[in-house]
Order: sequence, then C-alpha cells, then structure tokens
Amino acid sequence: MTVTLPPPSSQFQERRTLLYQPGLKRNRFNRICNAIAATFALIAILPLFLVLFYVLIQGGRLISPRLFTELPPAPGLSGGGIGNAILGTILVTVIATAISVPVGVGGGVYLAEYSSRGWFAQFVRFGNDVLAGVPSIISGVFIYGLIVATRFFFDQSYSAMAGGIALAVLMLPTVIKTTDEGLKLVPQELRWGAYGVGASRFVTITRITLPAALTPIATGVVLAIARAAGETAPLIFTALFSPFWPEGVFNPIATMSVLIYNFAIMPYEAQNELAWAASFVLVILILAANLLARWISHLTKA
Amino acid sequence: MTTSSTTVATDVCMSLQDVTISYGSFEAVKNVYMDLPRGRVTAFIGPSGCGKTTVLRALNRMNDLIPGCTLKGRVIFDQHDLYDKRVDPVEVRRRIGMVFQKPNPFPKSIYENIAFGARINGYRGDMDELVERSLRKAAVWDECKDKLQESGFSLSGGQQQRLCIARAIATEPEVILMDEPCSALDPISTLKIEETMHELKRSYTIIIVTHNMQQAVRVADMTAFFNAEAVEGGSGKVGYLVEFNNTENIFNSPSQQSTLDYVSGRFG
Amino acid sequence: MRSPSTIDAFTLRRRPPAEKLTDIGFRQLTLVLAGSVAVILLAIFLTVFQGAHEAIATFGLRFLTSSSWNPVNSQYGAFVAIYGTLVTSILSLLIAVPLGLGTAIFITEDLIPRRLREVIGLMVELLAAIPSVVLGLWAIFVMEPAIRPALSLLHRTLGWMPFFSTEPQGPGTAPAVLILVVMVLPIITAISRDALNQVPVELRQGAYGVGTTRWGAIFNVILPAAVSAITGGVMLALGRAMGETMAVTMIIGNSLNFSFSLLAPGNTISSMLANQFGEADGIQVSALMYAALILMVLTFIVNVMAQWIVRRLSLRY
Repeated sequence: MTVTLPPPSSQFQERRTLLYQPGLKRNRFNRICNAIAATFALIAILPLFLVLFYVLIQGGRLISPRLFTELPPAPGLSGGGIGNAILGTILVTVIATAISVPVGVGGGVYLAEYSSRGWFAQFVRFGNDVLAGVPSIISGVFIYGLIVATRFFFDQSYSAMAGGIALAVLMLPTVIKTTDEGLKLVPQELRWGAYGVGASRFVTITRITLPAALTPIATGVVLAIARAAGETAPLIFTALFSPFWPEGVFNPIATMSVLIYNFAIMPYEAQNELAWAASFVLVILILAANLLARWISHLTKA
Repeated sequence: MTTSSTTVATDVCMSLQDVTISYGSFEAVKNVYMDLPRGRVTAFIGPSGCGKTTVLRALNRMNDLIPGCTLKGRVIFDQHDLYDKRVDPVEVRRRIGMVFQKPNPFPKSIYENIAFGARINGYRGDMDELVERSLRKAAVWDECKDKLQESGFSLSGGQQQRLCIARAIATEPEVILMDEPCSALDPISTLKIEETMHELKRSYTIIIVTHNMQQAVRVADMTAFFNAEAVEGGSGKVGYLVEFNNTENIFNSPSQQSTLDYVSGRFG
Repeated sequence: MRSPSTIDAFTLRRRPPAEKLTDIGFRQLTLVLAGSVAVILLAIFLTVFQGAHEAIATFGLRFLTSSSWNPVNSQYGAFVAIYGTLVTSILSLLIAVPLGLGTAIFITEDLIPRRLREVIGLMVELLAAIPSVVLGLWAIFVMEPAIRPALSLLHRTLGWMPFFSTEPQGPGTAPAVLILVVMVLPIITAISRDALNQVPVELRQGAYGVGTTRWGAIFNVILPAAVSAITGGVMLALGRAMGETMAVTMIIGNSLNFSFSLLAPGNTISSMLANQFGEADGIQVSALMYAALILMVLTFIVNVMAQWIVRRLSLRY
C-alpha cells in the first residue's frame, strides 16, 4: 500500500510557539469555565454554612439543662423545654430501627448470598429501588390508612408505634441495599474457605460473611437512622404530636421534627425559639451520626 | 550511570538532559540523558518497573495528569524546555501525539473520533479527505469505510487501536509516542500495526515503549534499554537508562552486561 | 488403623437433622424478609388505592383538571397541587442541574488540591443530611425575608409577565423552588461526581493526548461519556423534588387558588397532604388519597425511567 503524504502541517493553522498564550480563545474559554465552576461550587456549599450558622446561633443560645428536662409551654407562655420531643424522637427511631434492621439485613442476605442473579432477586432489587423512591409523605399516608384509620393497635389511632413503622418503611430500602452491596464486597474465597472446612451455609453467613461485611452495613445503618431521625412527613399523621411526656408506644408522641414543624408556623416567639433549639439538637445529632458513619467506613480502608 | 553516547549524526528531535521523575517522594526514574533522533523509530525496552513508560509520558507532559508526579531536569523540544513554566502543555500535546496501551476511542462515531482532534487543532481543509487519509495511513480504512458513522466501540480491539493511531496522526503531530500499543492485541493486529509504523516513520518521529523485544528489532532504528535497581534505604526500585544505541548494536553487541543479559532472555 | 477416639472427638461428622433444619429455615426466613419489599410496595399501592377509591368514583379524571378544592360543598380537584408539584420540581432542577454539575466537575477535575476537593464533597454530603424540616424553618425565618427584596425587584421590573405578576408577600412558589434547589443539589452533585469519576482514565488521557484543553476534554469527551449516569441522577433528583414535603409545605403558602405567579402562594401534592390529612374526614380523606396516588404514579414513572437510564449505561462500560 502506498500513500502519498502531503507536506506536514499543510492545512493546519501555522504552528504556534510552545509557550502558553493567555490571549488564545481556548485559554480564555478555559479560564471562564474554571471561574464558573468555582462559583457554582461556592454557591453549592453556601447554604450549608448559612443553615448551620443560623441553627447554631439561634438554637445554640437556648441550650440549657431546662431544655432537656421540661415540657413545651402552652401557647402564649414562655420558657419550657423539648424533653418529651427528644425522648419521643429516640423512641420512634428505636422502633423503626428494631423493625427495619432485622428485616433489611435478612432481605439483603437473601439477595447477596442465596439468589444474587435469580429473577426473584432482580425483582426484589427493582422493587427496593422503587420503594426507596417513594416519597416519605406517602409512607405516612400508607401507615395512616393501614394502622391509624383502622385502629389496628388496641383501638388506638395515632401512636408512636405507627410512627415507628412509617419510618421503618423508609429505612428498609437503605438497609437492604447496603447489606446486599456490603456482602457482595466480601471475597468469594472467604466463603469457599468456610465451606471447605465443612461449615453449613447458615454458619458461613452468620459467622464469616456477615461479620466480614459489618463495616459497610454498619455505615449504611447509621446513615439510615440519621435520616429517619430527621424525617417529619411520615410522622405528622401517624405519631402525631403530644404536649406531654410519652405515655407508652401505643399513644401519640411528640418528636423533635414534628415539634419544629408545629412550632415554626405558630405565631408565638417562645414556640419559634423552641423550634430553633430542637433544630440545633437534631442537626448536631445528625451531623454526629454522619461523621460517625464516615469514621466507621474509614476504619476498613485503613 | 552509564550512558552510551555513540549517537548517530542525525538531526535531534527531542533531548532529555538529566531527567529525574518522581511520584511524590519516590523516584521512579533517574538521571536520564538521551537525544532522540528526528524521523526515526526509537524503542524503549526494559523490565517492568524500569520507568520506560514514565519517561515516554514525560515527553508530552502526560504525567501532569498524575497527582504528585514531578520532573527534574530538562526536556528540550523545538528550542524550548517543555517543563518551562511558560510552556502550555496543551500546545505540547498538539505537536507530540500519543497512542496508549489500551485502545481508548472516544464515545463518538469513527468519523468524529478522527475529526475531533483535527478540529480542535484548527484544521481548515477538507475533513472527509483528512478522515480517509488518516484511516488509510493507520491501515484501518478498509474495515471502517462503510461504517464511519458507527460508534468507535463497534470495532475490534486491534481496529480500535489503529483508529487511535489514525486519531493521533490526523492532527499531524511532529512526534508520535506509543505506549505498548500492541500489548492488548492479537498477533495479526500487532503485525498490522507494525506495518503501519513502518509507513509512518517516513513523516514522523516515533517513540515506542515495548515489552516485546522482537517488536523492537522489527520496527526500531534506535533502542534504549532501561533497567531498575534497588536503592539503599528505599523500599522500591529506581529506574535508569543503561544503554542507548542503534537497535542492531543493542541486540548484537551491547556494551553493558545487563543489556546482554536482558536481550538474550537471561532475565526480565 | 484409626483409633476410635479420633472419630469420637468429631461428634458432628454426621450432620444432625437440627443443623440441616437451621440451614433450610434460615434460607426460608431470608427469602420471606426479601419478599417483604414486594409485599410492602403492593400494600402501599392497595392501601392508597382503596382509600382513594371513593374519590375516584366521585370525581373521575375531572380531579386532575379541576382547580376547586372546597371542603364546604365537597368538591375536590387537584389541579393546583399537581401544577405546583410539576412547576416547583422542574424549576428547581433547572437551577440545580447546572449548579450541581458545575460543582461536580469542580471537585473531580484537578483545579484545586485533592484535600480541598474532598472537603467540598463532604460539605455537600452534609448538606444532604440536614433534615427537610430544619431547612423549612430556616427558609421561613432567614431565607424568605432575605430574598424578598430581590423578588420585589423582579415583580417591579418583570411584573408584566404572568409569572411575576403579584407582589411577593412572604410564602410562595419562588421561595419553595429555592429551598428545593438546596435539597436536590447534593443529590445531583453526588451522582454527577460518581459518574465523572467512573469515566475511564484512558479516555481522559486520550482527550488530552490529542491536545485538548481541560474544558475541551470535559465538554467533548468526559461529559458525553458520563451523560447517561448524570441523566439518571437528574431523574432521581426530580423524583425526590416531586415528593419533597416538609420544607416546601412550610414555605409555599399552601394556597388553594390557582395563580401563574411564582411570587404568589402555591401548593404541591405533598404539602397539601401534610397540611390537610390530620384534620380531614369523609370524602376529603379520599380526595387526599387520590392526590397521593397521583403523586405515587408520577414519582414511580420518574424513578423507573431513572433506573432504566442508569442500567443502559452499565451495559456500555
């Protein structure tokens, strides 16, 4: 094959110097784009600073022992605390965790260990992604229809239990997904090693693979709990609210998130202030949980 | 450091002067001096980890993309030190093209894969003609001519690599760097790419890194042998240039014992 | 010759039936737990559908186009809320996509030191962790008063356009859009960043190898290679924006009247649910369930499309 070669550089613009020329169109364009990207990044992190700033300033100055030990005041009165809401958030989140973690880890084990490629597993994974996309308010509507309106628990309508279950519905997809993906990261050789000494499937999973995947699963669970603790929409008509201390899991209960919602739109300054204080407590808890999750996942990488 | 200096009396295209390249605090290759002749094929050979790819990537500032990679010394091309602060790496890469180890066509049509580079280099001629000419020069025209609008991924591995060669020559660089261009390919594709290289050396300076010594013998006029040695106190090995000479001399009468050991298959 | 004692030492050489039963039982248990996802999804749909049944029978498809929501004479139509859901979510994405994508590029390319990039990435992720209700509180007391002069200026200069035809008086669609931007920005940024990081390094090198500038490589090679994953992420963010409840409810004004103006109070399906569900009874509950059903279908479509787009990508690389 013979190809006649034209003299090089014939139809290209004249070869320029190798030196950087700031005036070139492409270099100007480059600098403009750099500036735009930097500006966008600044705008993107600005809200975090503004929100944190106001929550810390507005809420932080109200922090006192009273805040944790007293009930909210009646409308029009001042002072008081959010003790019942803090307890309530803990209780509802514990219920949600107690339901979603066993179910989610079990489901994730099935997906990863027993049927990773079967049609059923694919279908469950698809369903799980759909469930993860269901708006949180829908979870509240669902539990309202299923439990609250039907007075499912001892003829009680609104209850901490109903709120906990609504949150569990939201947590479940995250727990399943992190378990599934955490187990997939466990090297196959580890399973073969266990089978090789005659361990049963049950023993292999509970003693070898699950412990090996503990860190990613724990990270995911902590993040899911942090998200659930701040959720409001599923609680406003399941757990409802209560100005009193918690009266067991089958009665309405106050939570910090619903307290913020209720008190933010009230025309009383005392209530508005408690909303900021509750935001402060909630944000600190959630940021701490996020940093904890980050720290857990860094443990494995090290 | 031993560097043979029986450089043939040709025009020097690129000149490396005491080049040392480090990743962070780890020196990958050290004190390299060499003059790469214009219009020739030069092969870099040597065992794994001897820094030959690192040196190649330094020639068009590809190492800039690796965080922590720094270069000491000078790389002279067209009267400029490429690592001078005032030099624009984009301009350097327009004049010194590169073909990579793994075929990496852009997620575009075959036609656009070629036209893209030419367009950003300010090509004003007939684009169809350039695409055809580049594909012909890279010996892949026959396989591509009926599907220029299809994705570059629709080609086989060997064809993709020749597409990447065509992409590199479409911008009419002065130098083409090739980093083990055949390592991912079967023997037939390898042969075709070697034929392409023979064709290309008429108009370009080619520098190729290869693991395959027969390939160096077949395509290269000049060969540089790199080796690596453990350094006292360091954990890794540091690469250095052992010998640089006509390919014939390197393979038949090397001046260094380690070169002889390597080319005769005693290690590496 | 084996001595009998070594055999006796391994008492479990023959698997006892209890162990086999545990094995089988555990498998069945995890199967049931995995299946619970499907059961819950079905239960959600059935519960909402059953609740909505009465309203569907009464109002039919008119529900989608009627904008009267009147508990007094029991006439319900969700047009205002559906319109508000679509407008707020789409507008917020129009703002958040360029911002999020630009941020993602900024923290994946080597414009600034790696450490700084990681810090920015972390901060965006922390923004995602802030509860919606806290953002709502902030929007009411800080953001809305702060932007009101700017919105007033919009009204004064562009008031001839229907979108800015009313004087801003506090809560409204525009502040709701802005708070939605804050909420979906982290999702878009995180997904775009992952998509850009997954672009093979060879492709990036190839682009630089033919002599592109950084932004030449980004626009011509890197973004096209990541476009399906980014689009999938944008669809996920759209689903999230449509279902987002608390912050929007607190700042949108919950008006039952239709207005083109973004500066006037508006409504979305989810904020209508949050606002009215607790106090509703009779057919109003059913009408709200009908609206919830519409929201579910909308988010379902968007999420399935997102998954489909992402899955198509994983086939290519």
